[in-house]
Amino acid sequence: MISKRIIPCLDVRDGRVVKGRNFLGIQDVADPVELARLYNEAGADELVFYDITATVEGRGLFTDVLRDVARQIFIPLTVGGGINSLEDFDRVLKCGADKVSVNSGAIRTPGLIDQAARRYGNQCVVLSMDVKRVNGRFHVFSRGGREDTGMDALDWAAEGQDRGAGELVVNSIDTDGVKDGFDLEMLDAVAARVSIPIIASGGAGNMAHFAELFKHPGVDAGLAASIFHYGEVAIGDLKDYLAEAGVPMRRPGRR
Amino acid sequence: MIAIVDYGVGNLFSLAGSLSFLGLPNQITADPETLRQAERIILPGVGAFGDAAEKLRASGLGELVCREAERGKPLLGICLGMQLLLEKSYEYGEHRGLGLIPGEICPLEADLDPAAGLKVPHIGWNSLRIRKKEPLFKYVEEGDHVYYVHSYYAKNCGRDTLVASMYGVEVTGAVGRDNVYGTQFHPEKSGTVGLSILRAFSEL
Repeated sequence: MISKRIIPCLDVRDGRVVKGRNFLGIQDVADPVELARLYNEAGADELVFYDITATVEGRGLFTDVLRDVARQIFIPLTVGGGINSLEDFDRVLKCGADKVSVNSGAIRTPGLIDQAARRYGNQCVVLSMDVKRVNGRFHVFSRGGREDTGMDALDWAAEGQDRGAGELVVNSIDTDGVKDGFDLEMLDAVAARVSIPIIASGGAGNMAHFAELFKHPGVDAGLAASIFHYGEVAIGDLKDYLAEAGVPMRRPGRR
Repeated sequence: MIAIVDYGVGNLFSLAGSLSFLGLPNQITADPETLRQAERIILPGVGAFGDAAEKLRASGLGELVCREAERGKPLLGICLGMQLLLEKSYEYGEHRGLGLIPGEICPLEADLDPAAGLKVPHIGWNSLRIRKKEPLFKYVEEGDHVYYVHSYYAKNCGRDTLVASMYGVEVTGAVGRDNVYGTQFHPEKSGTVGLSILRAFSEL
């Protein structure tokens, strides 16, 4: 039986892990290579790295980190942040990424999804979208959640799938950092429009939020950052708890 | 030394990295002499079957890999590399594989019950059912999870099916005949379980 996935996300700036509240108030947490190793040992099903660096030097530090992680951790690695061209895909894939997540770059140039899917396969292209309610509709925001594109999120999800995205990360700006649960209403709306796997992001505050999330069959994975970084929820405990609640889970070392 | 066949498909970073992590000498190569001298060969691959089969044919590497396997050298196909070991595929037309193991590659979607709500591609961690205990799986237990990413799957492999996973239908997880093996899932992305399979391959 296929299991639901638990995915810690590491925002990396200048080679260090950070996490903001509602995308603001960034604070340094830990060494990404060390954190990745701990998450892997705890049973994380995948790891996502977002490069939030703006400088060339920062980019270099990021690919060094990625290469280090890929040499010692053998679960799927997704990389996002600053992916605007096929050259960017190439750069991170050569350092050991398995999947590449596009966000603002795909909003600016939607054809990037088609081109990348053709060259690297659909399984390699993850469309990540930051979504927020505006006048009762779901809008796509770009530039790290700062700019309202006016685009309808459900239409964009469907277009991304048609262009060749293999998975979708749906991050709710409304619930991100608030720790009051995932944005189930929004996730259901997106799931009704696409058939590719959906990774839910934004709002996880405790273990019960994940149990609630996986009652929604259209959701395949839950992604979170701060609750894992700060040790509020341990991945191993979360997986035991969810397995107990009847959610199919991979628990390394337990069968 | 384990040779990883480089015929221009896919990202071989993780595969080479996982072998190195296990302390197993390995080389990504398209050189016929290196492949002949290697103790073991891994045939990787992602992408479309027809395209990859053509690349193997045009480069002569397909024939070389078959000859080495016939001499008794352990061969492991991974993902598309496993599919290529079989007789034929129906991915975008009909294509011939290397024919080292009986069976065919068919679209998963056509065999799924639409009411079950299962997505294609089959992406993620699925548990293994052991059909036939072979040395390749000597460190693996029933129920261990491995990582899959695929839209087409192997059927009619008969007694050569070693492990399987349930996804609406029984998905062939691995096949094996004599010294030739293939896994649909990615051992190089399947954590410690996957690493144990690569280690077992190095011990064949």
